[in-house]
Amino acid sequence: MSVRATITSLFEQVAREQQRKLSPLSDDLTLLGSGLDSLSFALIVARLEDKLGYDPFDTAESFPVTFGDFVRLYESHSR
Amino acid sequence: MWLWGSLTASGAPPSGSLHGAAARVDLADLAGASSLGGRLETLRGRTVLIAAQDPLTSALALIELDGVARRMVLCPPDLTPDQAPAVMRDSAADAYVTDAGAVAVSGLEGLRVSSGPALQPLGCARRRSHDTEWVLLTAGTTGAPKLVRHTLASLTSAFTAQEAPPSPLVWGTFYDIRRYGGLQILLRALHHGSLVVSSAAESTADFLARAAAAGVTHFSGTPSHWRRALMSGAAARISPRYVRLSGEIADQGILDSLRSAFPNATVAHAFASTEAGVGFEVRDGLAGFPAGLIGAPGAAVEIDVAGGTLRLRSAGNATDYLGAHAPALKDSEGFVDTGDRVELRDGRYVFIGRSGGVINVGGLKVYPEEVEAVINAQPGVRMSLVRARRSPITGAIVTAEVVLVQGAAARRPHDVVKGEILEACRRGLAAHKVPMTIRIVPALEVSPSGKLVRPDA
Repeated sequence: MSVRATITSLFEQVAREQQRKLSPLSDDLTLLGSGLDSLSFALIVARLEDKLGYDPFDTAESFPVTFGDFVRLYESHSR
Repeated sequence: MWLWGSLTASGAPPSGSLHGAAARVDLADLAGASSLGGRLETLRGRTVLIAAQDPLTSALALIELDGVARRMVLCPPDLTPDQAPAVMRDSAADAYVTDAGAVAVSGLEGLRVSSGPALQPLGCARRRSHDTEWVLLTAGTTGAPKLVRHTLASLTSAFTAQEAPPSPLVWGTFYDIRRYGGLQILLRALHHGSLVVSSAAESTADFLARAAAAGVTHFSGTPSHWRRALMSGAAARISPRYVRLSGEIADQGILDSLRSAFPNATVAHAFASTEAGVGFEVRDGLAGFPAGLIGAPGAAVEIDVAGGTLRLRSAGNATDYLGAHAPALKDSEGFVDTGDRVELRDGRYVFIGRSGGVINVGGLKVYPEEVEAVINAQPGVRMSLVRARRSPITGAIVTAEVVLVQGAAARRPHDVVKGEILEACRRGLAAHKVPMTIRIVPALEVSPSGKLVRPDA
């Protein structure tokens, strides 16, 4: 599964678990406008670290603002 | 010393304003008007719970009640109807101030006073009759809040000796002003300018836009608040001269992110806690603090490291905990043990976590024992260990390891058992206390003294 597909499915899974209404995921959707809260993002980042084996926030220069930024942060780290 | 008296000490009314999400109040108007519906005098000499939902309403009430009430108790908005009666009892409160949105007050007794930012004539001059005690609430092991007693002097000691700024400041804070970190900012703003009061009902972007419109110059929050602001994409709307972090470990990553987001601002991280008060502020942009702060002679705040944890002794320390069977707040030498573990690395102390395993999720304390109690009450659970896991979003998150009772329970599908445990946690605990991950493990380490071994954070 690609990094993007992994992230997309985790967003959907965590939204279901946290009973939050997820906006349709597009690259220009802002993370804070996605319907998820900080705890949901903390959960997504923890699960991604378990799945992918890295936490790109460690070395990130800036915080991702949109869903596209978030995916790119993980994709650029995997290369 | 009383708050209104010190705000008007120059003989002129205070010039600043409190900017709420829905209303703005100019402090000068409080000279002749009141937020308490003409009932300020009925609260004189009483112990008053300030239990409004709206933070601006709470801010106005505490300005008016200092010097009037015998004691006031600042209830945070997440105080539940279950917890409120115990807070009322332990603080010996006989009155409460509330507003339309307040949820915690349903079971309360005593004199009820409705309050709000629509001011009404005061009818007489403000006068001081009491040295009002200020009581703040902080998380406790059993889920019941602990009551921490301060005075106006202890709450303002960190800045009363400082020179007044040459021009008024406009403060903003992500903190709720009824928690210690937010109250510090409210008190600074009242003395030196204005405050943009945050509201839980407002998005980060809307709050930042409102702060920008008010011309915010100084801004405070926890590292988690700031990460959220950076993620909102709206941080660029504000251009503060001073950015302050407190309430959680400020790691190098968030300090660097804020430096690059606000190149013209001083980025400072402060150490403070409800019990210990403000410890120190670090402005060199580096995580941790210089070892030279320890044992500095003549310092207003004495800083000490004992057994690996930070201890503070100063005029900013709280007085004590309130309530029957309350534990001691200070040790025999008058120091407050902060429970924050530090380690010396290359001439600098860095924070490595909390002793006793207390987990700090986005600035909110979680006691592992409280979560374990909920998990252990589930049928089929033998024991559990709740611990912190590092998170770049909230600083830390809660995780749990669970040992099942041998036999039928252990043979059920683990996903079903985990689902049941999570469901019970969501029913019984605030969202930040619910474990993010649960692992079923065969055993947990127990020390020779029979206690669960808690790995150092």
